[in-house]
Amino acid sequence: MTQIFQLYVFILAGFIGFQIIQKVPPLLHTPLMSATNAISGISLVGALVAAGGQYGKVSTILGFIAVVCAATNVVAGFLITDRMLAMFGGPKKKPETAPEAGK
Amino acid sequence: MSHLFAFLRVLEEGPQINSTQDLIVQASYLIASIFFILGLRSLTRPDSARRGMQQAAGGMLFAVVGTLLNSGILTYQWIILGLILGAIAGYPMAMKVPMTAMPQFIAFSHAFGAIAATLVGIVEYRHAFTPNELTGQTPGLSHGVAAALGFEVLFGALTVTGSFMAFGKLQELITGRPITFRGQNAVNMGLMAVAFGCFAMLIYQPDTAWAFYAMVALSLFLGVSMVLPIGGGDMPVVVSLLNSYAGLAAAATGFAIGNNVLIIAGALEGAGGFILSVMMSKAMNRSFANVIFGAFGSGAPAAAKEKGEAKESKTISAEDAAVQLAYAGSVVIVPGYGMAVAQAQHICRELMELIAKQGGEVKYAIHPVAGRMPGHLNVILSEAGIDYGALLTDVDDANRVLQTADVAVIIGANDIVNPDAEEDKSSPLYGMPIFRPWTAKTVYVIKRGKGTGFSGVENPLFFKDNALMLYGDAKNVIGSLVKEIKALDDSH
Repeated sequence: MTQIFQLYVFILAGFIGFQIIQKVPPLLHTPLMSATNAISGISLVGALVAAGGQYGKVSTILGFIAVVCAATNVVAGFLITDRMLAMFGGPKKKPETAPEAGK
Repeated sequence: MSHLFAFLRVLEEGPQINSTQDLIVQASYLIASIFFILGLRSLTRPDSARRGMQQAAGGMLFAVVGTLLNSGILTYQWIILGLILGAIAGYPMAMKVPMTAMPQFIAFSHAFGAIAATLVGIVEYRHAFTPNELTGQTPGLSHGVAAALGFEVLFGALTVTGSFMAFGKLQELITGRPITFRGQNAVNMGLMAVAFGCFAMLIYQPDTAWAFYAMVALSLFLGVSMVLPIGGGDMPVVVSLLNSYAGLAAAATGFAIGNNVLIIAGALEGAGGFILSVMMSKAMNRSFANVIFGAFGSGAPAAAKEKGEAKESKTISAEDAAVQLAYAGSVVIVPGYGMAVAQAQHICRELMELIAKQGGEVKYAIHPVAGRMPGHLNVILSEAGIDYGALLTDVDDANRVLQTADVAVIIGANDIVNPDAEEDKSSPLYGMPIFRPWTAKTVYVIKRGKGTGFSGVENPLFFKDNALMLYGDAKNVIGSLVKEIKALDDSH
């Protein structure tokens, strides 16, 4: 039965994803992609369990590699998204016709 | 409403909550899920986006801390070392990567996430058939969990090698041209069929270890062989599709280990990647299947040559072009990936400011598939300090502005302004929504040489009566335009 409920969660979350992501303007499609990439780094949660569950030596090593990869994904993903959004996010600059300083 | 009740029931019954500790863990996952969804929703508006995604990052932190409280975790030294190494690797990567290299970076990051998902799948599979040290019993695997693990490694492994291939193509470590051989699609289809056969075997008989590992190996191979025949110009679709696959792998992990936050985050990414790949295919007027199996751009150059009439396009000097730009009331710049390659975005802003100073207005027409990933050029221009208000991201809007524009300047773009897409039914581009820069009074085309675009298709725009060519490196050409306009300004 648990798996039926999991399917519910998956489908409803997918539905929400469709609804929201369709409204993201093309302007922000690159940040959107890096954002979803960062969020899917949530595999980290599974990797933590694999690395710390004492499933045996091989499993711990594989789990450890998984933690390193997933953590890289999460850290890099969120930082780069923030770096991009900082360029869009700030208060809108003065109108384009504003005179430049100087001559 | 019934959905909502069902959803609440899932939260109640799905994961087993046996103690306060488990309750805290589940609460942290719920909070993380909510922040993820709100974070993505914030991306619908540029001014709220940054804060929303910072909250999503906070949600991730919640989920990680929550997991660390999980009673299933017994040793922490590997975890802590892994987290530190990951942070050390991720930080400089994210801070140093230039915006032009964003598609490669995202492909690379996908590969990392997918490696994690695949390895977790393998660990879980091994664990299911390892005898318990105390009781000597193996936990075993239900058919359902076997299916989830199968999905996880199938999509995970495919994404790992597929993303590395995409990375190689985008970074130009491998040629951007499609690499094809006879019967390629048949071979891929055959391998895929074998992989699905193993998958079916695994579900039927979860303890068939060879089927599981054969599937991983086949999937790794398929990732390479499926991306090889796809041309560099189609990378926006591929990167989006890999985005979707990475999400599905994460969701499958959630199914396998019974973790809702993984399912939710994976579903969100799966949906996002899917929508973007469909949008990109539409923007190129091509079906999904055509992008994946079409090996676009490998045969086209030969076909284009036959048609080539002995037409000459007209050129204009930077001096003359500068005079017209200086007195233009409305200028639309149509950049393509060539602008990014030439690193001409900063000098573009300078040109824009000079024209604005003379009283003209400059807009940028950004095609959905311009660049190497969805929305790529918006990021590159914003990084150069160009206000996003000047970016026209809708093809119809941009065409309306182009009709009344004095000058349209094409910088390193080709296919997205090719009139054949509207006029020539035999063109491979036919039907693709394009910009109509020729409706402006004058069109300047800044181009490195006389070659064709990524699709390898000849562009009749260059032979139109009002089209004037400015050959050379985009950065140098615009640099000389800027110099000339400044000189004009000074002489007044």
